[in-house]
Amino acid sequence: MKIILRRFLVVLPQLWLLSVAVFLLAQAMPGDALTGLIDPDVSPEDIDRLRVELGLNRGWAVQYMEWMRGIFRGDFGRSWHYARPVTEVIGERLPNTVRLSLVGAAFTYLLAIPLGFVAGRYRETLADRLIVAYTFVAIAMPTLVFALLNIFVFGFRLGWFPIMGSVDVRLAPGSAAFWLSRLHHLILPAFTAAILNTVGIINILRSEIIENESAEYVTTARAKGLPEGKVYSRHIFRNATLPLASGLGASIAGLLSGSVIIERVFGYPGMGNLFVTSITARDFPTANALIMIYGFIGVAGVLLSDIFITIADPRIRIR
Amino acid sequence: MKNPWQIMWREVYGDKLAFVSLVVFFAIVFVAYAWSLSFSVDDVERMYLLRRNQPPCREFWLGTDMVGRDMVVQLVVGARNSFTIAFVVSFATAGIGIFVGLLAGVYGGRLDNILMRVIDFFIMLPTFMVTIVLITMLPSTPVMLGAVLTLFGWLGMARGIRMVALRQSALDYVRASKTLGTPNIVIIFREVLPNIVSFMVVSLTLTIANTIGIETGLTFLGFGMPFTTPSLGTLIAQAANPAALQNRPWQWLPAALLILVVTMCINYVGQALNRAVDVKRRRR
Repeated sequence: MKIILRRFLVVLPQLWLLSVAVFLLAQAMPGDALTGLIDPDVSPEDIDRLRVELGLNRGWAVQYMEWMRGIFRGDFGRSWHYARPVTEVIGERLPNTVRLSLVGAAFTYLLAIPLGFVAGRYRETLADRLIVAYTFVAIAMPTLVFALLNIFVFGFRLGWFPIMGSVDVRLAPGSAAFWLSRLHHLILPAFTAAILNTVGIINILRSEIIENESAEYVTTARAKGLPEGKVYSRHIFRNATLPLASGLGASIAGLLSGSVIIERVFGYPGMGNLFVTSITARDFPTANALIMIYGFIGVAGVLLSDIFITIADPRIRIR
Repeated sequence: MKNPWQIMWREVYGDKLAFVSLVVFFAIVFVAYAWSLSFSVDDVERMYLLRRNQPPCREFWLGTDMVGRDMVVQLVVGARNSFTIAFVVSFATAGIGIFVGLLAGVYGGRLDNILMRVIDFFIMLPTFMVTIVLITMLPSTPVMLGAVLTLFGWLGMARGIRMVALRQSALDYVRASKTLGTPNIVIIFREVLPNIVSFMVVSLTLTIANTIGIETGLTFLGFGMPFTTPSLGTLIAQAANPAALQNRPWQWLPAALLILVVTMCINYVGQALNRAVDVKRRRR
């Protein structure tokens, strides 16, 4: 408990630094909250008056304090592009990205754990060679190329999966068909992300199993006559999955923030897609809020991993 | 004792797949640079306005794009531009990363602490998005793109180099040398560097593959190379248009496959080189 608390205290200054960095970035961006309003009908005097009203003429420190105060209330300002509160705009996309990440994480582990286990336990067999070959291909595969090939083959050519959106809008929200359609839209992008993410886990699991096989506790287990299957399932597998616990938080965080390209290719209305749209539209309040959120997710992911590993492995203590 | 280059060469030469990959990679790079010499600026920009979106035919082997440019020319020149960016950025990141990593790893102490905190901070940032923001704020030229990619690229490299350098520094032979009063700078060049050369080459190789991936990804999203400067990214970005993605695969598929082949070759070579890093896994 103490360790987790201590980790928390390290995270706080990190988050503060992140907020300062994002704020400075925002200051360096061209335009301000009134950029979207400028047109021939609005006189420069009006713009100046509005600028004073909004406090944009005040010093950086004051503006930073205002901005931070807003964030703590969940107020990221107004989107220049959508002319609505940023919180609202992001709020609509956030659940989609969370769903995509969770389904992606589920696919990743469902695929990677059996594959890594088989490769480690039956190493040097045909199955192991195939799995290792698969990791060789997947590790070299650029996300963009893989996503494009997937949507081209399974979306356009075979027509098995929808080619954009997160749900069929004609269906009544809440109905069973609505949720099935959601899932249908999720499968291809989630699968694309999952395949690329399995590599690390398979490699770790495989080498951990191979390493654990020669451990003394395994010799003991075999010496007392435990059936080979149980040696693996009860003893080796458990110890070999420990390092995965440390990667879980980071891997979910990675899926949450690494999905810009995938969301873009599959036309999936999540935060990554929103980020690209907002940058293209020069909608910097939205872009800034997203960077802040992604940064937060990244920090939280590392923290989560540390917590998992402290719970899972009592030997690990952070000094 | 063999020097690190001989060990690396033996790993790649002894691994059939890796050796073939190396040959294919150099062949592709050579063809891209040599062939693009035969095209003038005019060839690259020429648009056959009446033959837009032409599927592959005898005259245009890979068809034409939506403004009627010959895809063969675009692909060759685009590949050359992408390789150039990838090489320049990779060598720049490797240079900075190795320098900072060695400083932190060999000198240790307060310098190490400061450098690592700085790197920790940058790594915590959502770098892909910050990269995009910086690119939109700066003028859209290949040089700027390279600069921004370098800015965030060296962090991971520095971390990795620091780790192996630290490991070397803790070994008895370096300690003995330190006790004898050898200056740190001599230790870096004479003791540590030769022992981590293979690690550096592996990092560099993988950085090249990574940079190609990032450049194409950024360009696809609309933040990379300008449309008028062909790169593998601008070619593959044509797939951002659903009609092209669905009906005109010749406009983006060759670039996608070329990227795939190149990154795979680089990764296989990297895997083989990786064995040279780890004494236990070297072939005997």
